[in-house]
Amino acid sequence: MDDPITNPEPGHQKAEQASRILEASSSFGISPEQYMLPAQQQIRMLDPEGTLIPEEEQGTGPGHEYPIPEDDVLLKAYAALVAGRRINDQNYALVRQGRMAVYPSSHGQEACQVGAALCLGEGDWMFPTYRDSVAVISRGVDPLDVMVSFRGDWHCGYDPKAYRVGAMSTPLTTQLLHAVGVAHAAKLRGEDTVVLAMCGDGATSEGDFHEALNFAAVFEVPVVFFVQNNGYAISVPLSHQSAAPSLAHKAIGYGMAGEQVDGNDMVAVLATLRRAVHLARENSMPLLLEAITYRMQAHTNADDETRYRDREEVEQWKRKDPLLRMQKFLAAKGLLDEAAEAEISEAAEKVAASLRQAMSTEPDEDPLEIFDHIYTEPTAQLSAQRGQLADELARAHGNAQAGAEEATR
Amino acid sequence: MSTATATKTTTFASALNTAMSDAMEADDSVVVFGEDVGTLGGVFRITDGLTKRFGENRCFDTPLAESGIAGTAVGMAINGMRPVIEMQFDAFAYPALEQIFSHIAKMANRTRGRVRLPIVIRIPYGGGVGGVEHHCDSSEAYYAHTAGLKVFTPATVADAYLMLREAIDTEDPVVFFEPKKLYWSKAGEDLTALRQQYESSMDSAEGDSPRVGAAGNATVVRAGTDVSIISYGPSVPTVLKAAEAAAEDGISAEVLDLRSVVPFDEEALVRTVQKTGRAVVVAEAQGFVSVASEIVARIQERCFHSLASPVLRVTGFDIPYPAPKLEEHHLPDVDRILDALDELQWED
Ligand SMILES: Cc1ncc(C[n+]2csc(CCOP(=O)(O)OP(=O)(O)O)c2C)c(N)n1
Ligand SMILES: [Mg+2]
Repeated sequence: MDDPITNPEPGHQKAEQASRILEASSSFGISPEQYMLPAQQQIRMLDPEGTLIPEEEQGTGPGHEYPIPEDDVLLKAYAALVAGRRINDQNYALVRQGRMAVYPSSHGQEACQVGAALCLGEGDWMFPTYRDSVAVISRGVDPLDVMVSFRGDWHCGYDPKAYRVGAMSTPLTTQLLHAVGVAHAAKLRGEDTVVLAMCGDGATSEGDFHEALNFAAVFEVPVVFFVQNNGYAISVPLSHQSAAPSLAHKAIGYGMAGEQVDGNDMVAVLATLRRAVHLARENSMPLLLEAITYRMQAHTNADDETRYRDREEVEQWKRKDPLLRMQKFLAAKGLLDEAAEAEISEAAEKVAASLRQAMSTEPDEDPLEIFDHIYTEPTAQLSAQRGQLADELARAHGNAQAGAEEATR
Repeated sequence: MSTATATKTTTFASALNTAMSDAMEADDSVVVFGEDVGTLGGVFRITDGLTKRFGENRCFDTPLAESGIAGTAVGMAINGMRPVIEMQFDAFAYPALEQIFSHIAKMANRTRGRVRLPIVIRIPYGGGVGGVEHHCDSSEAYYAHTAGLKVFTPATVADAYLMLREAIDTEDPVVFFEPKKLYWSKAGEDLTALRQQYESSMDSAEGDSPRVGAAGNATVVRAGTDVSIISYGPSVPTVLKAAEAAAEDGISAEVLDLRSVVPFDEEALVRTVQKTGRAVVVAEAQGFVSVASEIVARIQERCFHSLASPVLRVTGFDIPYPAPKLEEHHLPDVDRILDALDELQWED
């Protein structure tokens, strides 16, 4: 049989991507299929006790090689993990106290969150979801600005262009296409910007997931699609979303490489993400990385997790906690002494305190601002409506004052 | 708008085509993409020659996926481009609605004006060309209902050029409705003159937005004294014919072309209705919960005391667009407009 990649029928030209895949795979001495399909097992470097797994058992192999990041990067990642965990738990508490409207926690998924931020260069972009607050904060956005949307002051509280972080997206997988567009614009200008496009396992059923992967492969743009597979889409398990052997297997259908990683292994997550970003940049092509992880808290505060999963399952995942694993690993490696540990938790505590402080002060948002950003110049109708609200507010203020005067009299 | 000397004949389609190539010439960040827009030049040939002239980086075919086209445009606009995307037909834009409604319309507001998306979504729309199902929808109300989108729809060759240039230069997203029935209509317009007119208006513009006076500036395309007929896009030529016929019956109709549904020129509407005291609104789209309904509501709110009769609408019926052999029964035509004029209580 003719190889459809090397020898297509007349009028059936293959995308450039196919020859890039061919090139990449032959440079590793493997077939295109071996390159695009995920390795036989999840890439994993730390066992649940935080011990480094022997190289031959990490799941790596030709074309699937993932060098372990340098010590300073690992330490930085650990500090971000600790801060991320603290932020998740602080926000969870703030929601329970009614001081924050909603918070989709990534408790348990922090290794993915931190990896997503640390694998990128300054000129790169990230397109996060509602669950990725910790990733956005790890990228450098002020935590208070990230919480603007969860407190309910405005929809997006930070400047996406200043941080090269898209506004956290709620309509599932729509942001993946924005990632492709950003990468395509950069490519047309000759810039080597890599874009990390994030979504959850359930979201991979959405049409835009398919369209984004397909566009990225056809446009040959450096987008790393990063799926955090935490097993559930609210209540629905992955078995109801996909019959594929794994989500990483979907990559080959688009002509890109896919890989699966233990999402609770900070070392492996960083190693795979960093390599994916490197390959994307070097070869101007997309990749798909699926991280197997678990959401330890409910979907949001409005969710009742006892209806779809039992305590035992959650307990089992506790043993794979990404933070403890990394801590044990670094301590054994001699990179983490008591002083360093204290410094790291102090920094995390500071962020938590600032969140508590910010959420207990009333925001002074201006109701009239709801009219101000819709168009560069307000339409006549919006100006009239703004006038109406201003008038209503003035009257309410007047009434309140009159009421107060009445009361003091 | 035409020059005094030997004016050339220009089609609506070539005015659009030239508007895009002029915009691409003027600004490197303008990129055109969609389905079949490259080698083929689009199924209506509106992008004819753009790839050849500007290269595949500036005008290119995408995979066949409308949400993908719109969503990619969002990212490209975030990253400094001015995408002009083509939806092949009105009804085939529906897969893109989530991107258009949830992101293109809302991004500026979501980010407090920090991220604006200067995207133009070109949509060939409306019927009257014998098109089969899914090729003739008048879908403007969906977009006009969505805050954050501008909705333009030219009715003349000159506006086709001027308004598309304006749309491309606008910082806000614009849904640009092209009446496909008018694509091959001609007018004595000289594109060079239109280009000069547009560019000199740009020179005098302040800030980011051009002020060429098309969008948000409805025009009286025929002056009259007895009744105002308000319309836009593909219905405008029909309305002008009806006004001519009415004149023979002794009714002097003033015809207002809205040009853009958003921004909506309420003052021009109020001016003409207060002047004539009677109004009929004409549009191809179904009348129920439509742009026409909105126009009537505004007239009622602002012109109640000037009205000598109820305001009427002549629109498509509230049905899915009919099959080609039946479309003539659905579309507002001269007779139906004249019937409406007859009902405006002239005897009182
Ligand atoms: C288009 C769309 N449909 C439905 C929803 C409601 N919704 C929000 S989160 C969610 C589950 C998503 O699950 P997954 O992709 O696995 O991400 P996770 O929440 O587990 O991180 C759903 C259904 C939505 N936000 N967008
Ligand atoms: Mg999930």
